Amino acid sequence: MADPDLFGRCMADARGALSAFEAYFKCLADIERINFSIFYDSLDRGRFLVGLWTTVKLSVICLVASVAIGVVGAWLQGSRFALTRRIVQGYIQFFRNTPPLVQLAFFYFAVGAVLPRVPDGGQMVPIVGSFGWAVIAFSFFAGAFNVEIFRAGIQAVPRATVEAAEALGYSRLRAYGHIVLPLAFRISLPALNNNLVNLIKTTTLAYAIAVPEMLYAAAQIWSEVLNVREMMNVLLVTYVALVGLLVWVMGRWERAMRIPGYSA
Amino acid sequence: MMPLRSGTDMAVLLPAGGALARPVVDARAVGFTERTFSPAVLGALLALFALAVAAAEAHGQPASAARAGILATLWKWAPLLFSGFLFNLLVSVLSMALGTVAGLALGLAQVSLLWPVRKGAGIVTQFFRNAPWLVLLFYCMFLLPFDVAVFGITVPLPAWFKAVIGLALPVMANVSEIVRGGVRSIPIAQWESAEALAFSRRQILWMVILPQSLKRMLPPWMNLYAILTMATTLISIVGIQDGMTLVRSALIAEQRTELFIPMYLMLLTWFFLYCYPIARLTMALERRFAVRA
Repeated sequence: MADPDLFGRCMADARGALSAFEAYFKCLADIERINFSIFYDSLDRGRFLVGLWTTVKLSVICLVASVAIGVVGAWLQGSRFALTRRIVQGYIQFFRNTPPLVQLAFFYFAVGAVLPRVPDGGQMVPIVGSFGWAVIAFSFFAGAFNVEIFRAGIQAVPRATVEAAEALGYSRLRAYGHIVLPLAFRISLPALNNNLVNLIKTTTLAYAIAVPEMLYAAAQIWSEVLNVREMMNVLLVTYVALVGLLVWVMGRWERAMRIPGYSA
Repeated sequence: MMPLRSGTDMAVLLPAGGALARPVVDARAVGFTERTFSPAVLGALLALFALAVAAAEAHGQPASAARAGILATLWKWAPLLFSGFLFNLLVSVLSMALGTVAGLALGLAQVSLLWPVRKGAGIVTQFFRNAPWLVLLFYCMFLLPFDVAVFGITVPLPAWFKAVIGLALPVMANVSEIVRGGVRSIPIAQWESAEALAFSRRQILWMVILPQSLKRMLPPWMNLYAILTMATTLISIVGIQDGMTLVRSALIAEQRTELFIPMYLMLLTWFFLYCYPIARLTMALERRFAVRA
């Protein structure tokens, strides 16, 4: 604190228009030069919250889509046809061994440029926007890992269990949905957790194609307000908190789904 | 079908280890691991590339003196783009070296006997592991000074070196976890018997535990290197000229839409050709070093 009196006077002045919380950060910026503009400036706060919301939306959509890709892919990998297995394997290896950023650029700049444009409100817009391409690219990227994760889980389900299901008249699809997957899912959860954490971190790449997610919003704010240091720290803490939240929720879920008597 | 060895004849689930151990048994029988290199995947990638080039040729105007064919154009740009790709690899090697040294220290701090050191190292590790790579990269690019004073000598800190540090931070945290996991995976009896032979704690760690855990740490370490190599493209976002930037510049210079897909595919193929063998080798090592319970 440079001068407690100065800070007190500033607080008294600012209290008129702002809440105590906002006034504190306003004075922190004016006197201490620690500028957390998102905590007192409604414009910056709005932008940051929109960015946070976009990140959450992007993460949740990709999360669900990638798990769906993983489930379907793992089912296809157990197919009788060698070609189907080869294609799934090719998909996995391609997406696992190439940089996600280049994949994103490939989808957005290369594939997006070839796709037709559709009229929307008087002007021609791409059929899939930057948010859409980010969802597609990240879902396929995380999905490739999920296929492998689910496949390992499925392999751990005893053949006898599947045979028992077949003996009870289950079709391959039904046995997969009702018996194999619920068991395999429990084994896969820890690895899945890891991958989903990675997915959240990967959503920052959407910055490169101007999806207005949290990093993009923060960059906008710091280039105008010039508070790089403060925004960087806010960003780091927010991401660590988001990941922490996911890990906590998945941990709870993992415990809730545990089969008594069996622990991996 | 292998007999169940899970200890009970009413196993609800096979131990996952059994499913993983099976390929090892098969590999021993055959003499080498199956599918050490999958020509199908590479073939599919090359086919896709050829298809993209063919489609682009058909789509765009016919090649003329002024407008070279797609393949010719790719060939013209390839040396420049490849130098950018090599720069990516250079950054990956430097970051890995820096991150490994720092991560080894942090990982050993995580198994320290002093609880403040252990807890502190644990928090640092978790923090850098859970923060997005790109945000850490931004952090280093913007907040590290342009030059540092070492013993009175001012050493300039170029942007690319700041990027190397930015990428080394998450590597450090991941290596730290790998080291901790590797040390923890050695049975406690090893510690006890070494203690019984009057080794000091430092001697036990360096002469007994680490040499054994090294082979357990190698596969995840290689996996991390592959991830890092792919992450090096992030430096293009913070304004350092790498393979990705050069591809974009080349596309802007050429001003031809039909080049977009082939050129990005070319870069993707290079990364694939570099990372895929590492992934195969990692898997092979994992199988060889699998713990036989």
